Amino acid sequence: MSHVLSLLVEDKPGLLTRVAGLFARRGFNIESLAVGHTEIPGLSRITVVVDVEDLPLEQVTKQLNKLINVIKIVELEPAQSVQREHLLVKVRADNTSRSQILEAVNLFRAKVVDVSTDALVIEVTGDTAKTQAFLRVLEPFGIRELAQSGLLAMGRGVKSITERVAVPKS
Amino acid sequence: MPASPSPAPASSKTAAPDEPELLSGAEAVVRTLELIGVTDVFGLPGGAILPVYDPLMDTDKIRHILVRHEQGAGHAAEGYASASGRVGVAIATSGPGATNLVTAIADAHMDSVPMLAITGQVFSTLMGTDAFQEADIVGITMPITKHSFLVKDAAEIPATIAAAYHIASTGRPGPVLVDITKDAQQATAPFVWPPQLDLPGYRPVTKAHGKQIVAAAQLIVEAKKPVLYVGGGIIRSKASAELLALAEATGAPVVTTLMARGAFPDSHHQQLGMPGMHGTVPAVLALQESDLIVALGARFDDRVTGKAALFAPKAKVVHVDIDPAEISKIRIADVPIVGDVRDVLVDLLSAFTDAAAGTKPDFSAWWKYLDDLREEFPLGFAPTTDGLLSPQQVIQRIGELTGPEAVYAAGVGQHQMWAAQFIKYERPNSWLNSGGAGTMGYSVPAAMGAKVAEPDRVVWAIDGDGCFQMTNQELATCVINNIPIKVAIINNSSLGMVRQWQTLFYNGRYSNTDLNTGHQTMRVPDFVKLAEAYGALGIRVESEDQVDAAIQLALETNDRPVVIDFVVSADAMVWPMVPQGVSNSYVQYAIDHSPTWDDDMAETGRAEDTPRGAAHTVAGGNE
Repeated sequence: MSHVLSLLVEDKPGLLTRVAGLFARRGFNIESLAVGHTEIPGLSRITVVVDVEDLPLEQVTKQLNKLINVIKIVELEPAQSVQREHLLVKVRADNTSRSQILEAVNLFRAKVVDVSTDALVIEVTGDTAKTQAFLRVLEPFGIRELAQSGLLAMGRGVKSITERVAVPKS
Repeated sequence: MPASPSPAPASSKTAAPDEPELLSGAEAVVRTLELIGVTDVFGLPGGAILPVYDPLMDTDKIRHILVRHEQGAGHAAEGYASASGRVGVAIATSGPGATNLVTAIADAHMDSVPMLAITGQVFSTLMGTDAFQEADIVGITMPITKHSFLVKDAAEIPATIAAAYHIASTGRPGPVLVDITKDAQQATAPFVWPPQLDLPGYRPVTKAHGKQIVAAAQLIVEAKKPVLYVGGGIIRSKASAELLALAEATGAPVVTTLMARGAFPDSHHQQLGMPGMHGTVPAVLALQESDLIVALGARFDDRVTGKAALFAPKAKVVHVDIDPAEISKIRIADVPIVGDVRDVLVDLLSAFTDAAAGTKPDFSAWWKYLDDLREEFPLGFAPTTDGLLSPQQVIQRIGELTGPEAVYAAGVGQHQMWAAQFIKYERPNSWLNSGGAGTMGYSVPAAMGAKVAEPDRVVWAIDGDGCFQMTNQELATCVINNIPIKVAIINNSSLGMVRQWQTLFYNGRYSNTDLNTGHQTMRVPDFVKLAEAYGALGIRVESEDQVDAAIQLALETNDRPVVIDFVVSADAMVWPMVPQGVSNSYVQYAIDHSPTWDDDMAETGRAEDTPRGAAHTVAGGNE
């Protein structure tokens, strides 16, 4: 079963290696990974999707918590969070197929970002279910290339993951 | 070091009042170590750590012991830490110097040894270019350190080393590496002390939840067959007195793991001995049969549990550990308690006293069962049949003649198990070994480190002929620096534990386990001559009547290290044994000899044939 973990981490060199290495050596498979800054300087956020059962998830969470540069870990349940991923897809498009593809783009509220005679580059944002559905629709036209971001996730409501977090001095 | 006629650089630049003194990074390393109270370090210089070695020559607060191999520095730091409870420090240069520390760092990580490793790194401008003696030691050691730091700025040195020391010595202890580029060592920066520790992600929990303590106490009161399963955490936490108090208040039996030998006195009537693959029958079956395991700083290692799914099937588990990740990692805990085991034991004793309300739980049926096992299956060994010395006998005599105030550091293998079984430990920090990692070669350098930390104690290295050949170069360090350790080589002329498995599981096909160091061999090397070449006292013992005299001579010789080559039988085996991958119920007291036991405590299992002697009469598989 997939779980979405948000890690609040100190922005230190090698941090990503520590996190990724821990997953690898303890035998957990990372499905997706997204890393970026937070609103607090010096703090980064890693969103990781991992496919494990509940008990090993507890173990991986505890092991992650032992990393000195990891400040906080939150599991984000789908119902209590917004989850988005972004993808760019290059699809084969000629005069006969282009209008059908554009119709799908509109239905999915996706966006064409590059047009050429034989292809379109389309961007789409959404939760995993939506982006995968969109890809299934495009599949018959011929997907030439796909670039996909890691999942981003944030809890709903007013609470923040950075509340009551010790801010690094440096 | 290059010879240089010019004087060493001045140790400090003049600074205006109230302004921090300007120090080079190298001076800052030494000053920081002084200020955090480090008095002894083990190391070996090289290009990228040369700047640090210069001020190290001038300090009178730190004794630097020049080892012959960096692995020796690492294990010496471990032995120093394990014997004294203080942080052990090792220093090495970049590249191969640093990678030579890796085995010792991994060892310290497995056994939660507080250790600070300081390595030089190439100039920051050269990093990433495959420069001479460059290795990404921070990357290499990420999985085997509690934490690691790379320092490229001289100004960060005091705070980083202080943070490393803090991390190494608090919470669950472990090794921390600080890698410092040569330019950071050479640059000058204001020396700010005390430094601000900036570790927002490091908050070890030491005080446990009161609710869980009460629940644990209630389980102890209700239990019929409890066991206190004592691990190395008791020793790291210095909790032996608190353990004794709880054990005596409850009257529960105690088992001490390989890492916890000495945490609870062997002379105590509640002590059942070591559990696990080579544990005593009472200790193994006490855990297996129990209805409540109180795990205290122990981690349900596979060498203790056997096949984990079949381990102690009827036991509830109270698991006390300072590392939350250990709890329910292998065995789900019914009552998880995260905290420093010393504090927890104090709270638990008080909660137990309340819960018991003046009465002592009645474990008499349980004790009857265990006492019968103790009587029926005491630790023992058979005489050898080839006329050579019995290794168990030798080790037992070393313990008896030397006593519990000494420190015993073992290598890894048969001699390690025998030293854990047949030496009687009465105090914590008297037994040092490589438990988790199983590092051959640990013994001699660890004993050296222990002797530096505790110079007034007798320190024995109980070593094997295989292990000894991995790190005996540190005898040079011991001789030169007047560190008079005593080395007992239990010389069975083979990689004994591997040979034992070949006897038991590979039909006696001895593939590559013969070392040719013992009886009727070429004796390569001759350990007595080797000892003498180092300037140590070398003694060879080949018959039983020489054993005591040799040990006495070793105990009387304190002007140099002593190496005793005990030429022992290669056929002796470690018993009892639980074969790998099966339930602990299949513990064998000797070859082809298992206690028959039953869930019903009335049937404790009586062996019909005599277990002793069997170990040496059968060569072949027991499958």
